[in-house]
Amino acid sequence: MAEALIATAPAAVPTRSAGRRLAKRLGPIALSLVVPLLLLLGWHLAVKAGMTRLIPSPADVAEYMVDFAVGGIWDDAFSATLHLHLLASASRVYGGFLLAAAVAVPLGLLIGRIDLVRQLLDPFLQLMRPIPVTAWLPLSMILFGLGPKSAFFLVFLGAFYPILLNTIFGVKNVEPRLFEAASMLGCRGNAQFFRVVLPAALPSIFTGLRLGLGLAWFVIVVGEMTGVPQGLGAVIMDGRTLSRTELVICGMIVIGIAGFVSDRVVVMLMNRALRWSPMHRG
Amino acid sequence: MAEIPILDIKHVGKTYTLGDTRIEALRDANLTVKKGEFVCLIGASGCGKSTLLRIVAGFEQPTTGDALMWDKPIQGPAPDRGMVFQDYGLFPWLTVRENIGFGPKSRGRPKSEVAETVERFVNLIGLTRFADAHPHQLSGGMKQRVAIARVLANDAEVVLMDEPFGALDAMTRERLQDELLELWQRTGLTVLFVTHSIEEAIFLADRVVVMEPGPGRIASEHRIELPRPRDVSSPEFNEVRRELGARLHSHHAKKAA
Ligand SMILES: Nc1ncnc2c1ncn2[C@@H]1O[C@H](COP(=O)(O)OP(=O)(O)OP(=O)(O)O)[C@@H](O)[C@H]1O
Ligand SMILES: [Mg+2]
Repeated sequence: MAEALIATAPAAVPTRSAGRRLAKRLGPIALSLVVPLLLLLGWHLAVKAGMTRLIPSPADVAEYMVDFAVGGIWDDAFSATLHLHLLASASRVYGGFLLAAAVAVPLGLLIGRIDLVRQLLDPFLQLMRPIPVTAWLPLSMILFGLGPKSAFFLVFLGAFYPILLNTIFGVKNVEPRLFEAASMLGCRGNAQFFRVVLPAALPSIFTGLRLGLGLAWFVIVVGEMTGVPQGLGAVIMDGRTLSRTELVICGMIVIGIAGFVSDRVVVMLMNRALRWSPMHRG
Repeated sequence: MAEIPILDIKHVGKTYTLGDTRIEALRDANLTVKKGEFVCLIGASGCGKSTLLRIVAGFEQPTTGDALMWDKPIQGPAPDRGMVFQDYGLFPWLTVRENIGFGPKSRGRPKSEVAETVERFVNLIGLTRFADAHPHQLSGGMKQRVAIARVLANDAEVVLMDEPFGALDAMTRERLQDELLELWQRTGLTVLFVTHSIEEAIFLADRVVVMEPGPGRIASEHRIELPRPRDVSSPEFNEVRRELGARLHSHHAKKAA
């Protein structure tokens, strides 16, 4: 519909040539590559100049990444295992994240809307909040044992608070006018929950989901550092114990890309769901 | 038996408590409105116009006195009294269609009936092309048309309008005034309309109610006998404007003295 409106608007934008449109699209991409490429160059030169013996050159890392992904170069214990580790980490990240969202969004809606629930839970949750997720590691290993369950739990905890707090914020900041409008139109009481509170809080909820998913990728490394055979965090830890820096760097790069891609997915969903919000267009 | 007024405001007072301070927004207000009447409230800022309107809407309870509709106390907001806010109050996540359909849908009307009502009002306000647009894609005038349609589509008997055209440019305002009058004449609505503009009040109203601040109260009422459609540039119109302006200013003068 947005397109249709623009198309019928009196001051239509003149159509540009395909070449200029392409340049306009590629320009920002080219610009965004400048800094990474410079860093890569600096890294390469620093290694070449012998400034460090412990860090492999970008080319070495790239070669190792290929081996890590498809094998056929070194054929060691890590060759062609990337997909296994990525799958293991991603399933914990998304599992923990989805569980956190499934608990935190409804809870946030209730806390933001119902005073009794707020008085019951808010003090407790605020007290627990300052405890860093990493501080839970030993306890979670006792509770859930060494292994994936413990990682799953930490991811859940890490994603939980940003989702919860942003949901509460969203609910509390619904414009009072909208409640008045709804009630004079005959939508009162609990019906307002789904027809006013939820949609109005959606932008904040999405902000929380984005932050939560980012933190989930952040926490997964800590969660997989002990007693987990598979996972990108385990790869990084193994790389460290084996003094294989290229493995560590490969693990870092994969986590970075995976985190970036999953953020983009959330942003895409968000832009779809929030097409009505002028702040979320594009 | 005398005709029952649609609205009967009897000795209504409203005092807000803000911490330790008490603000008497309205004192002993009396007003009756007959079905189908167009009444404008006018007066200086802070004289309780919005407060009175919000009491009729049911958003506020009077501290003293009674606000009655068809002789029954007003208890909270309900679809028979629709409010049109100056800041529109549209649901930003709903399209024009969905905003207009919000009321009928909330009241559990069958789907086909909702769709039919929505189409009728989308056409009525001339927003067919924008029916699937969201509020942020509309101009102020369009938004206010949607806000009015939303209330009418919900079978409101009384339409409460709090400076609905205050944020619009002069040309859009005049268009909407004409459209509102046409709607009002066609539907037999009862309208309670707050404005700052004497001219707007005289152009629209059957009766203009002048309010005074400190504490807010109703100072006088003026029946506007000019035949419709009214011409704001006619000498008769200007005569009424002069009279009413003098009344308003004499209130201020009294206050200053
Ligand atoms: N919710 C509230 N809490 C406390 N005081 C209020 C509240 N609403 C209004 N008042 C006070 O009541 C008085 C009347 O306000 P009201 O909004 O009814 O005036 P008004 O005639 O609509 O003014 P304006 O023309 O500026 O809109 C003002 O002194 C205002 O400060
Ligand atoms: Mg006001």
